[in-house]
Amino acid sequence: MLLVGDKPCFEQSFEITGGDFINAGEVSSKIKKILQEMGVANRIIRRAAIVTYEAEMNVVWYARKGVLTLCVTPELLHIKVKDEGEGIADIELALQEGYSTAPPEIRELGFGAGMGLPNIKKNADEFKISSVVGQGTELDIIIRR
Amino acid sequence: MKLEEVKEILNAQVIVAPEDMQMEIKMACGCDLMSDVLAFTKEESLLLTGLTNLQVVRTAEIANIKALVFVRGKEPDRETIALAMEKKIPILLTDLPMYEACGRLYRRGLPGCSEAEEGSGAAGGR
Repeated sequence: MLLVGDKPCFEQSFEITGGDFINAGEVSSKIKKILQEMGVANRIIRRAAIVTYEAEMNVVWYARKGVLTLCVTPELLHIKVKDEGEGIADIELALQEGYSTAPPEIRELGFGAGMGLPNIKKNADEFKISSVVGQGTELDIIIRR
Repeated sequence: MKLEEVKEILNAQVIVAPEDMQMEIKMACGCDLMSDVLAFTKEESLLLTGLTNLQVVRTAEIANIKALVFVRGKEPDRETIALAMEKKIPILLTDLPMYEACGRLYRRGLPGCSEAEEGSGAAGGR
């Protein structure tokens, strides 16, 4: 991971399986516990958990699989999510609150209202997204402690 | 407001019991959109919702929701109850529809998330 002047003190990767609705959210739950055990402040944990949860849900719905990597330093949390999936055709549009391509089954679960990526961005101090249609999407998020 | 009072005001049934029915509830929100819950609720809120699936429990865990109220008598399935027990998230069930359940609590002085102060903010939590 690229971290300028900041040595990682913890790094772990988690696999996310596309289409696994039963366990969707379990990675974020694990991350929340890890951060609690590290003594990270609650408001930071909450922001990180919301970011990872929304990202995890996106992988479950739109990708075949993905990997979420969490890196914690004394100064920040670095969250990277890379998936192999359908990708996003128009990123600017996908970042608009309320824009969604979600099918009804996702909306029935209480998601797919076009708030996922905006929620991630809102809780991040730094946010980068890149995507190739037909290949996948990559998110790079930094939350300062 | 205590969770016990929430239960009485809503004529609710306890589906997943908390450690303590006297736990303090500072604020509440009524919402069926889980992304909105993540975006707009504050820590330690009570969430009233018409959705009763696994994702509601997951969302509650992620957003530090203190307890769930399922409205209009919609019972959760076994998996949802099991997950809530595992994550220690209490669930109440009321026959009241969303508007009336929220209205009754609001009338008795339980504020909404935009009106109340954020929770403790200390390290640890659930």
